[in-house]
Amino acid sequence: MQFTSADFQRNVTKALNDPHLQQALKRGMHGFVDKRAEAAAAVPEFERLRDEAREIKDHTLKYLDYYLERFEESVIRSGGHVHWAADAIDARNIVLEICRKANARSITKGKSMAGEEIDLNEALEAQGFEVVETDLGEYIIQLAKEPPSHIIAPAVHKTREQVTELFHQHHRALGFEQRQTEVTALVDEARQVLRKKFLHADVGITGANFLIAETGSNVIVTNEGNGDLTSTIPRVHVVTAGLEKVVPTLEDMTVLMRVLARSATGQEASTYTTIFTGPRREGDEDGPEEYHVVLIDSGRTAILETDFKEILRCIRCGACLNHCPVWSSVGGHAYGWVYSGPMGAVLTPLLKGLEATRHLPNACTLNGRCEQNCPVRIPLPAMLRKLRHRQYEDNLTGATTRYGLNVWAYLAKRPALYRLVTNVAARTLFLLGKRRGRFSRLPLAGGWTRGRDLPAPQGATFHSQWRARNSS
Amino acid sequence: MSESREKVLTRVRRALGRGSLDERTCSQLAARISSPPTLTRIDFTEDAVERFVIKARGEAATVARIADDQEIPDAVAQYLKSHNLAAKFVAAPALRSIDWPQHLDIDFGTTRGEHESGVTPCLAAVAETGSVVLLSGVQTPTSLNLLPDNHIVIVRHSQVLRNFEDVWRQLRERDAALPRAVNFVTGPSRTGDIEQTIQLGAHGPRRVHIILVDDTEA
Ligand code: SF4
Repeated sequence: MQFTSADFQRNVTKALNDPHLQQALKRGMHGFVDKRAEAAAAVPEFERLRDEAREIKDHTLKYLDYYLERFEESVIRSGGHVHWAADAIDARNIVLEICRKANARSITKGKSMAGEEIDLNEALEAQGFEVVETDLGEYIIQLAKEPPSHIIAPAVHKTREQVTELFHQHHRALGFEQRQTEVTALVDEARQVLRKKFLHADVGITGANFLIAETGSNVIVTNEGNGDLTSTIPRVHVVTAGLEKVVPTLEDMTVLMRVLARSATGQEASTYTTIFTGPRREGDEDGPEEYHVVLIDSGRTAILETDFKEILRCIRCGACLNHCPVWSSVGGHAYGWVYSGPMGAVLTPLLKGLEATRHLPNACTLNGRCEQNCPVRIPLPAMLRKLRHRQYEDNLTGATTRYGLNVWAYLAKRPALYRLVTNVAARTLFLLGKRRGRFSRLPLAGGWTRGRDLPAPQGATFHSQWRARNSS
Repeated sequence: MSESREKVLTRVRRALGRGSLDERTCSQLAARISSPPTLTRIDFTEDAVERFVIKARGEAATVARIADDQEIPDAVAQYLKSHNLAAKFVAAPALRSIDWPQHLDIDFGTTRGEHESGVTPCLAAVAETGSVVLLSGVQTPTSLNLLPDNHIVIVRHSQVLRNFEDVWRQLRERDAALPRAVNFVTGPSRTGDIEQTIQLGAHGPRRVHIILVDDTEA
């Protein structure tokens, strides 16, 4: 996919002025926050589960080499294959090779963020394979030729009316003459179209919510059942997964699964949670003949080496997006790559470099709700602050901001001067803004006033008010 | 690709600031796998069977309760009739031993989606969430859990376990290796991908019906 994080500011303006997007966000996003809150409140164990989830992830990352080797051993024991991909190119080549060897023509896919990261669809299509996304949201954006805008609700930026048009445009040739406008009818039409694809696919590619070292399994969690169909009907099943997905045992997975479902959609369990282990067994009438897992590094070990390694605990639940005021206003595409919201603002700079992504860590109000709701307690705000600091050190902060920060730092170290300057400024602004009590335009503050007014100060600084109050 | 393998493992170890793990640590980690830690479960005081029924219904499954195995064919026939479905279905070969009456047209085996309804047994059910646990195998093809529009699952009281952890215990006792697929199914297939409006019947079954047999000794 196109990588446009460098154009964040332009993307944001576009997003704020896109009536379809704004309507879709308004219609689609209201439920997530309440459902997560209800699910968390319903079980007294929830906070303890979050602590354990964090500990399990930290433990596994600390001994990652051991668990990866154990995982590999277990996969081989159950008749499957493990492939190691150092980077995206490696990963794409491995999957292409498996598909070629299988003489595949058509491929169905279950949602995989790792697959999105490595641009797998483009690579497969370029080699002439027919690739069909089967998660309904992923299918919609595949038809629209767009990247996902949310990790668990990839088409949340589309209105029902837009889906109607997309389906009409693409399904007419398949015999679906009528334009469907109701959600029920749209889902049913997609079901019929995709059912045929499931039945004729040669290879099924899915991601993994978890990999289990003990058993050599990948676990897939869905509500639609598309992951199960993708992993059951084709002759070959390929799993693409970041190597941080591994956990030690079924018990560890259970804790993570409990916090994942509740944090993502407020469910106690997703409709389908399936543990896949190896290819079909002797005598089985269904299931793939080959089972492959592609373990993808692609920048992850580089993160493991830094003090940003906690982001590798992320289980891609989407809660930090749902609770983020910035994401909720602009949606996911503005962030310019696969990941968006707070986790994207941390992960994208780490995977794609600080320079082209320098706006992302700044697109944050540091309100802290992402961390409060993160099931594995990733300190996202602190990490975003650290990334800003890193930008400053690397000279990536814009000249105006740098200048402003330097002036402030100079004054802050000189209290008398600080008080004098802020007093003068507060009074001047008070006098200037007296009539309306706010400014709709102000030199040097265009970034602020473009979207909202700046309230005028009340004529005295905090310091002087504080002093006056304490002396009276 | 073994080159990449070494490369990745070397990177992991470098990132962790160490070489390969010593034998003692390895055996500690192996022990953590062979006897997994006791972690927090979702606790509840109510009876497991009653909770299972409430939770399953809460996730849009239907539940019919019967007193013994002999009533299974009738319960299946009744369900089909009440939904205007043909008295024809695919059943897992594991269910051959049931004394099915002549008027039911049954294919034992797998399906490619040509069957409107399917009937399967289960390994267990989970009271915590209202899920049924379905294993792949010669006697229980996975396609039956996914392709028919109507999925009827037979669950016995004795199969209802409290938490997922109880399922793991049972799976380990059964065999050292897991079957190819262990499905946890909680109600019918659904999607919220169009404007987050929950719609049943996305790709998998549109309906899940549980026939719950009371096999406790009176
Ligand atoms: S950072 Fe936390 S809240 Fe955000 S997606 Fe990852 S696990 Fe979920």
